[in-house]
Amino acid sequence: MEVKDASSALLSNYEVFQLLTDLKEQRKESGKNKHSSGQQNLNTITYETLKYISKTPCRHQSPEIVREFLTAMKSHKLTKAEKLQLLNHRPVTAVEIQLMVEESEERLTEEQIEALLHTVMSILPAGPEDEQKKNASSDMAVDEEDPA
Amino acid sequence: MFVLVEMVDTVRIPPWQFERKLNDSIAEELNKKLANKVVYNVGLCICLFDITKLEDAYVFPGDGASHTKVHFRYVVFHPFLDEILIGKIKGCSPEGVHVSLGFFDDILIPPESLQQPAKFDEAEQVWVWEYETEEGAHDLYMDTGEEIRFRVVDESFVDTSPTGPSSAEATSSSEELPKKEAPYTLVGSISEPGLGLLSWWTSN
Repeated sequence: MEVKDASSALLSNYEVFQLLTDLKEQRKESGKNKHSSGQQNLNTITYETLKYISKTPCRHQSPEIVREFLTAMKSHKLTKAEKLQLLNHRPVTAVEIQLMVEESEERLTEEQIEALLHTVMSILPAGPEDEQKKNASSDMAVDEEDPA
Repeated sequence: MFVLVEMVDTVRIPPWQFERKLNDSIAEELNKKLANKVVYNVGLCICLFDITKLEDAYVFPGDGASHTKVHFRYVVFHPFLDEILIGKIKGCSPEGVHVSLGFFDDILIPPESLQQPAKFDEAEQVWVWEYETEEGAHDLYMDTGEEIRFRVVDESFVDTSPTGPSSAEATSSSEELPKKEAPYTLVGSISEPGLGLLSWWTSN
């Protein structure tokens, strides 16, 4: 076996989530050989990875949301890796932005960080735990939006 | 967190599977070979993304199966350096804090990369961050099961392919079993503001 390109493309968590969900559906339909010993590894890894990604904000994303997010990010001049981290984690505080964006104190002013946070929170849908927290506390000023 | 890796391999399809569509058989064989396995210097393979090219299938004398050279792309877990990840604390030991992502377990945060000052509580076997404020020191415990945000600072691949017969003879008489080494480990760090248990930084 030969590895031609060990890093030909970066995948967002949402893309992997989509792929694994489709794979699960396909295998459910052609049910017979799901439990053969050879498929056990695939079952384990897809189950665990799906479980992990389902707890992140990525599960509510869609291709349109991702496209909209990337278009909005163009003006902020971030690297691919930084945009990917913002897409996967959906930061809600300035501290998180500073972690994900390298040298953010030099590259972004406070207003730019606020604007970035606002873009992230308005375009990307919140994760499942965040939904519960939003309903529970009345102090958060984030707009609740429903990606149609 | 995940990357697409282009690979080439020859897939053997036994004759009793010839009635199935070639693409399905090949996809199944590739997943059987690679899913949930670590490829040296590449990462933890998750599942097949797509098949980009199928070359001609050959049948060799003496073996009734068909051999097809396949070019394909595989989804691999391979976080880049300095990436931020969120995992669950699996446990603490004097070596550091062990973190797990569910599908990947071998992540260690060594004591020097914890929020300083930190100490190891021997009684409860847990690492503690001694957070100082004007009022005094708060002890923040890193309990098992808590979600933790960390930065990937290093990775190491170990080649766990079996060694030849000569070295096995020398070791088998003295030791019972060779130590099992994880083929792929990540080293994390939480020594920056914003890193560590999620509950330390939420502003509720």
